[in-house]
Amino acid sequence: MAASALYGATGFGNWARLAAQQALTQDDLLQFDTFGNVSLIHVTDIHAQLKPIYFREPSINIGVGGNKGAVPHVTGADFRKLYGINDGSPSHYALSSGDFSALAQAYGKVGGMDRVATVVNAIRADRPDALLLDGGDTWHGSYTCYHTQGQDMVNVMNGLRPDAMTFHWEFTLGSERVQELVESLPFAALGQNIFDAEWDEPLPDLFPPYTFFERGGVKIAVIGQAFPYMPIANPRWMFPEYSFGIRDERMQEMVDEVRGQGAELVVCLSHNGFDVDKKMASKVTGIDVILTGHTHDALPEPVLVGDTILIASGSNGKFVSRVDLDVRDGRMMGFRHKLIPIFSDVITPDADMAALIDEQRAPYKAELEEVIGQTDTLLYRRGNFNGSWDDLICDALISEREADIAMSPGVRWGPSLIPGDNITREDIWNVTSMTYGEAYRTEMTGEFIKVILEDVADNIFNPDPYYQQGGDMVRIGGMGYRCDVTKPQGERISNMTLLKTGEAIDPAKTYVVAGWASVNEGTEGPQIWDVVENHIRKLGTVSLEPNNSVEVVGA
Amino acid sequence: MDFTRRETLALGAGAALMTVLPFRANAAVDDLIAEFTGGAAVADGGVDLTAPEIAENGNTVPITVGAEGATAIMVLAAGNPTPPVATFKFGPMAGAQSASTRIRLAGTQDVVAVAQLADGSFARASKTVKVTIGGCGG
Repeated sequence: MAASALYGATGFGNWARLAAQQALTQDDLLQFDTFGNVSLIHVTDIHAQLKPIYFREPSINIGVGGNKGAVPHVTGADFRKLYGINDGSPSHYALSSGDFSALAQAYGKVGGMDRVATVVNAIRADRPDALLLDGGDTWHGSYTCYHTQGQDMVNVMNGLRPDAMTFHWEFTLGSERVQELVESLPFAALGQNIFDAEWDEPLPDLFPPYTFFERGGVKIAVIGQAFPYMPIANPRWMFPEYSFGIRDERMQEMVDEVRGQGAELVVCLSHNGFDVDKKMASKVTGIDVILTGHTHDALPEPVLVGDTILIASGSNGKFVSRVDLDVRDGRMMGFRHKLIPIFSDVITPDADMAALIDEQRAPYKAELEEVIGQTDTLLYRRGNFNGSWDDLICDALISEREADIAMSPGVRWGPSLIPGDNITREDIWNVTSMTYGEAYRTEMTGEFIKVILEDVADNIFNPDPYYQQGGDMVRIGGMGYRCDVTKPQGERISNMTLLKTGEAIDPAKTYVVAGWASVNEGTEGPQIWDVVENHIRKLGTVSLEPNNSVEVVGA
Repeated sequence: MDFTRRETLALGAGAALMTVLPFRANAAVDDLIAEFTGGAAVADGGVDLTAPEIAENGNTVPITVGAEGATAIMVLAAGNPTPPVATFKFGPMAGAQSASTRIRLAGTQDVVAVAQLADGSFARASKTVKVTIGGCGG
């Protein structure tokens, strides 16, 4: 714990010890000595995962500039060493990569919104007026979410009774649907940086910048910060009425405004991504707690920037953060924090929530459960350069679309499957579902492919976090390359090689490229989930070779 | 990222410049500033320049400039083929010395604002605005 005027503690040490004993119970996971007078419960980036899943954390997550070697850019054994986690323990399995398939067999699946409900209810039993805050990326990422246009997630989340929410992928449902759903919410939809695109003005009626709560005798302001780069990372034409951006000057104005109105505790519910939030915390004064999201990091301890604490609560329903705060005399005096991993075999599902989830899934049960194939290989996505799910998707694109080179977007959502698992239709949708999933086939020059790689690489490896969009590198099938993360844009990518011939990519030559998730309007092609399903059906059993086609320099 | 063949070729041609020079700069900028200031020294700071870090649309980037008591503020897009964007002049009756507009940026570059302050001295601010292909994030 960094030195600070704040008194802080985390519940992490407790379950690390229990982890060593290999005897985890629901009581252990929920154990928390209620502290202070305010409790915050944070969930974020659920990506419509209602049921328990496997989710492998990344082994490659490179930090650049001032964040080189800083959390969350510490992975695997280094991460375990940093936090004193024993190899093979539940904490190893939940929080880091390495031996994933074996540990997954031992510890089982994670997440499930019925288990999350049990945890939320237990916290509310300790502290009935705890605030539940949802960081967004909730109404996206599954078969049922796609087919109900987010309604399944709205119904389930309403069952959890959140107090406020902010947004990212929700907007890819399209402006009209977003507005319809937001207007139906029985809680606040926040975003100080959600603006009208035409007039560059805030939209306080639909997306207020902040809202106040009176909890434990404390006046709390929660300020929302939506994902700043939606019209760039996602198709602008789907929500042309909206503009975003970091807008940290306005964040400061909002903090000053709520403090002026008597806020004793200022919480920012953010979808900026961790490094962007870290920089924002260093520029904007007066925020006590930033509940971070977007970059899917799960950190067992808060990170302190000045007097602001940053909480990172993972993704896909795998974790719930509880943050107890002692707020006195108009300021935060101390905190106690616990990142609660949702071990689905350890935490009893909440019966009401389980029934509500099954109700959402019932109309689609047969389609969801259809087995398309099996896998002999661990299928996962997270990692800066590639993941085996994307290797499989790129193989599908090359084979089904007869392409030289395939591109798969560097998104961070999508659960894992372990060797021996069936691959169901639901599993395929969990890693491909989106409202712009058309698989295009086009021609690109070698030079243009390099421009794309350089552009995306700068969105990840620009040393200034404000110029990063928070995804990972576009995944490439059929082509290898070298990436020097320390270089500026235009100089990072080299040694581009067409794998099937071993020849260097010729800048002047044209290659057939297949990909999906284009942000351009009017993209044509079959849906990616159909492409992948056809490919897996033909394979029967998926068996992938390790992908060593990207050489990383300077990490 | 989906492109028709024609767009692909067009982008490929435009990309040639990007590949060589991802960050655009125009040598005329220093001359334009010298012309505006008459060669006087220019202090850093004292000018507010608001622009997005990454443009949502490089063809129409909202910016705001302001400097208390300024009589004029010149805005340059330092990487455009023609860098001058506008010079805003504020008379003695102006209620505020601030202006907003939208500008077109040819690529990732610095936007520069130089203000002539009430005492006749000059100050500047600049901000890098990134223009990107987009996609693939999240």
